[in-house]
Amino acid sequence: MGEKVLMKGNEAVAEAAIRAGCRLYFAYPITPQSELIEYMAKMMPKVNGTFVQAESEVSAINMVYGASGCGRRVMTSSSSPGISLKQEGISYIAGANLPAVIVNVQRGGPGLGDIQPAQGDYFQATKGGGHGDYRNIVLAPSTVQEFADMAGLAFDLADKYRNPVMILSDGLLGQMMEPVEFKPQKTKEELEELDRQHYEWCMYPNEDEPNHHHHEINSLEIDPLVLEKHVEKLSEKYDEIEAKEKRFEKYNIEADNEVLVVAFGTSARIAKSAIDELKEEGKSVGLIRPITVWPYPYEAISEAMTDKVKKVVVMELNLGQMIEDVKLAVNGKLPVEFLGKVGGILFTPEEAKAKILENL
Amino acid sequence: MKTELICSGFGGQGSLTVGKFLAKAGMQEDKNVSWLPSYGPEMRGGTANVSAVISEKPIASPLVTHPDILIALNQPSVDKFGPNIKPGGLMIANEDMCPNKLNRDDIDEIYAPMSTIAKEIGNLKVLNMVAIGIVLEKTKLVNYDTIEKDLIQFLEKKNPKLLKLNLQAIKKGMEIAGY
Repeated sequence: MGEKVLMKGNEAVAEAAIRAGCRLYFAYPITPQSELIEYMAKMMPKVNGTFVQAESEVSAINMVYGASGCGRRVMTSSSSPGISLKQEGISYIAGANLPAVIVNVQRGGPGLGDIQPAQGDYFQATKGGGHGDYRNIVLAPSTVQEFADMAGLAFDLADKYRNPVMILSDGLLGQMMEPVEFKPQKTKEELEELDRQHYEWCMYPNEDEPNHHHHEINSLEIDPLVLEKHVEKLSEKYDEIEAKEKRFEKYNIEADNEVLVVAFGTSARIAKSAIDELKEEGKSVGLIRPITVWPYPYEAISEAMTDKVKKVVVMELNLGQMIEDVKLAVNGKLPVEFLGKVGGILFTPEEAKAKILENL
Repeated sequence: MKTELICSGFGGQGSLTVGKFLAKAGMQEDKNVSWLPSYGPEMRGGTANVSAVISEKPIASPLVTHPDILIALNQPSVDKFGPNIKPGGLMIANEDMCPNKLNRDDIDEIYAPMSTIAKEIGNLKVLNMVAIGIVLEKTKLVNYDTIEKDLIQFLEKKNPKLLKLNLQAIKKGMEIAGY
């Protein structure tokens, strides 16, 4: 780890992606993620990478599809309306068993909405988004440092499972500056090794393997029996991801918690402020912060529901989306309350505290 | 120890930069910091503000609703954020652009003619540095040396003349706050 620098989330995730070996980036500008594309435009030429500002989001995601099929670490990014446009391509990438990293710096919706922070794309990110049976691994950062660290993690997971990985951020994390420490730049040898790991399936010309040009990158399978086998295989992969990759943070989880809060990303930060204040007043409130929102850490929530916990409070910057997953975890055993804000407005620590106090 | 600030003014007055320099200095002094700008559809002459937090402990919410310190470079900033300052807190306002005083008796209010001072120094742009000087002297939030070092690194090669004016403005601010 190097020196600490003060950086916006948008720039930090771009720098971290380059350090993790991303040399291809295709996107179309949109607020509040524009600093990300600007940073890539500036830095990619300096590392012999390729930056293309595509003519549209649809074009950008299909460039990602092509580059990924060639076995390279590739990334795109956008904000909510742009991510909607990318969904067809993401489904193709998932169907073709390819790795890719997609960053969503969420803003208020639906439609063009506004440009302020929101978490309204939870359903889209975690339940599909595009057509067909597929899953994205979805990582939800809550600090600029975590946002940056997730770039490397996203590429590693994408490569490991040959699956699209989405980093589900928001306008606050994108625009905010915090100190960040970066991992070192991958060396030339490490980058070559990453490429080699893809040779057995990718379209990259490889003289060592006589059959390299027979690799097929495709999401179309017209024979239903073959498609059935293919989707079942995808399903096995998703089961493995669910078994191995759930991540979450426990904050102030104690045996005497009376209320359990569940929140992700920016919401979780605001919730933490409320929990800290309540702790000083002698009230015990715990927080489970899902870090992967797919696969979802259901067990972490049910395990934190000790006998003393009276209620579960979900906090999100939407009308209530993750609450459905929390209810699955709670399984009817406790009442589940909700605090939400829409339109790109944040709830304040005071509002979060008041909501918890209502339920204590 | 946690200090929450709001820096606010017209777009172009440098309120976001005040927050950035203070947050960066905090980071260089090994504190936790955050800097969260308003980034609405603002136009030239509109308001711009930033929430900055400097804290010993990790920062939970970066959103400041009740600041310990308000740096108000224009009247709308005083009107909008002044009433929310924590009791016992501090407001530093640009007297030249804030004719209507807040007059709260539970906070410390400092009015300094920042625009006039900046013009006297020779560049209206450095009015935000006068504000930084007042903060430094009044609150010891971060050390002058840290800010000076950062400014030198940032401006020495790019614009040595502006560097000199900036440092002069900070010192003038410190002088005012010292009285």
